[in-house]
Amino acid sequence: MLSLSSLSHRLRPAHSLQLLGAHAILLVYTALALFPIVLVLINSFKTRRAVFKTPYALPNSETWSTIGYETVFKRANFPDYFLNSLIVTVSALILILIAGTMAAWALAEYRFPGNNIMGLYLALGIMIPIRLGTVSILRLVVDVGLIDTLWALILVYTASGLPLAIFVLTNFMKQVPRDLKDAARVDGASEYRIYRMILPLVRPAIGTVMVFNMIPIWNDLWFPLILAPSERNKTVTLGAQTFLGQYIIDWNAVLASLTLAAIPVVILYIVFSRQLIRGLTAGAVK
Amino acid sequence: MNPARHVHNKQRFPFHILVFLAPAVIIYTLFMTYPLVDSLRLSLYTSDQYGNETFIGLDNYRKLMTDPLWEPRLKGAILNNIEFFAIHMFVQNPIGLLLAALLSSPFIRGRAIYRTLIFTPTVLSVVLIGFIWSIILSPLWGISGDFLTSIGLEQYAKKPWLGLESTALPTLSLVSVWQWVGIPMMLFLAALIAIPDELIEAARVDGATAWGVFWRIKFPLILPTVGIVGVLTFVGNFNAFDLIYTTQKVNAGPNFSTDILGTFFYRTFFGQQLQPGNPTMGATIAGVMFLIILAGVLLYMFGWQRRVAQVEL
Repeated sequence: MLSLSSLSHRLRPAHSLQLLGAHAILLVYTALALFPIVLVLINSFKTRRAVFKTPYALPNSETWSTIGYETVFKRANFPDYFLNSLIVTVSALILILIAGTMAAWALAEYRFPGNNIMGLYLALGIMIPIRLGTVSILRLVVDVGLIDTLWALILVYTASGLPLAIFVLTNFMKQVPRDLKDAARVDGASEYRIYRMILPLVRPAIGTVMVFNMIPIWNDLWFPLILAPSERNKTVTLGAQTFLGQYIIDWNAVLASLTLAAIPVVILYIVFSRQLIRGLTAGAVK
Repeated sequence: MNPARHVHNKQRFPFHILVFLAPAVIIYTLFMTYPLVDSLRLSLYTSDQYGNETFIGLDNYRKLMTDPLWEPRLKGAILNNIEFFAIHMFVQNPIGLLLAALLSSPFIRGRAIYRTLIFTPTVLSVVLIGFIWSIILSPLWGISGDFLTSIGLEQYAKKPWLGLESTALPTLSLVSVWQWVGIPMMLFLAALIAIPDELIEAARVDGATAWGVFWRIKFPLILPTVGIVGVLTFVGNFNAFDLIYTTQKVNAGPNFSTDILGTFFYRTFFGQQLQPGNPTMGATIAGVMFLIILAGVLLYMFGWQRRVAQVEL
C-alpha cells in the first residue's frame, strides 16, 4: 500500500493525465457496449408514439405502456420456449459433466495403450466446428427417430461440448495428489469409488466447463432451426428469431420480445460472471 | 510407476477404463466425428430425386468451382468471408488488446466493473444482437442518424446501412465486432496479468515509458495469446451464420452482398422457398469450409505456435 501510493506520488503529473485518459476510453467504450441494450430495455415499456418521439427518455406516467409484452404473450409461447431452452441446456450440461469427468479421469489417471491417441482424438473437436457435419447429423437424427425432439439438440450439444470439457478436466485431474488416491486403493476402494471421491476436488474446473458451455448452448440458432423447428420444441433463441421475423413492423412487440429473451441470459451472466471470467482467464494462462 | 497401481493392473483386465471412456467416446463419435466423416463422404456423391446416391469423385467440387450457377456464389461467399474476418482481425482484436492493456493496469479503479459491463454483449445471443442493431440502424427509428448528426456527419444520417450493397457487410462485421470484442479482451487481459511484476518494475526503473514497456516487454510476452485469439477469430468467422441469417434473411441480401460460407451452406443444403435443398452440394460446401478451417488451424499450429514457443525458450 505504502509503496504504491509513494510511487503514484512520484509519478503524479504525467500519471494522473494517463489515468484520466484511460478512464475516458473505458467509459466511452462501456457506454458504447451498453447503449443499444439499455435503449431497447427502456423503450420496451413505452407507447409506440413515445418510442419514436422521445427514444432517449425513460418511460414516465404519460408514455408508460406494456402493450408490447401483451402482444408477445398473446402471440408467442415464450414460457414454453424458456422451458425448452432450460431442458436442453441443463440436460446437455449434465451429460457433458458426467461423460466428460469420466473420460477425463480415465485419460488423467490410467496409463493404457492408446492413451495419447485417445486424448488427441477427443481433442480434435475443440477446433473443428460441429456445424460442418450438419448434413449427416440431420440424416442420423432422422434415422434414429429423434428428428424434431429436444433429445436431438441435447445429444448434439453434448458431443460438441465434450472435447473442451475433457481437455480442461484432464489437465485439472492430473494435479490431484497421488497420495490421496493411493491411500484409498490400499483401503480397498474400487476405481469407481475413487473417481467419485476426486470429483469434489475438481469443482473449479467443473464450474469452468459449465459456464463455458451454458451460454453457447442457450444462444445457438443453427441446430434448433435444423433439428427441432416445430412450435412445440422451439428454444428461446429460435422462438425469438421467428417471432421477431413475423412481427418486425410491430415495434412494441419487437422491443418487448428482445427484452424478454435477453433477461434470462443477463441474469445467468450476473450470477456466474465471476466464474466465467475466472474460467476465461485461467484457461488462457495454461 | 507406483506399486499400488501396478499390482492393481496386473490383477485383471482393466474394464473400468473402458467404462470410464465409453459414454464420452460413444456420444462424441456418433454425433461429431461420424457426421463429419460421413458429410465429407457425401460430398463425393450425387443423389437423384429418389434418393439414390452415386459416387462421382470430385465432380461436386469441380461444379462448385467452375459451374456458372455455383462459381459466382462460392467466390462471393469466400471473398465476403475474408472481408468479415479481416474486419474482426484488424478492428476487434486491436480494440480488445487496447481495453485489456488499460484494464490490466493496477492503477485503474473499478476495473472489475468495466470488465463485466463491457463483456455483457458477448453473452447475449447473436439473434438478439442482430435485431437490436437492425432497429437501431433503421432510418425509421433514426437512432444511428441522431448519433451521426451529433458528431457532425449529418450527410450520412439517413443512410440505410443494412440495405445497401456497399455498406451492409462492413456494417454487420462491425456489429459482430461490437458483440465479440469481450473474448479477445478477456484472453489478452489474462495473459497481461500473468506477466511477472518484476519484469515490468525493472524496465520502469530503467526509465522506459508505459508505451515502451507495453510494446517492448509485454507484447512479445503475450504473443502466444495473440496466436490463440487469431485462430479463434478465424474459426469463428469462417463458421459464422446467425448474424447474417437474422438480419439479412436466407438470401444474405441485398443481392448476396452479405453472403458468407455459413449462409451459403445453409441455403444450399436446406433449400429456400422455391429451390429444394441439395444435401450433397451442401456437404460439398461444408467440405470447402472444413478445408479452409483446417488450413487455418494447421497454419497456426505449425507456423505460429511452434515458432513462438521457440522464441520463448
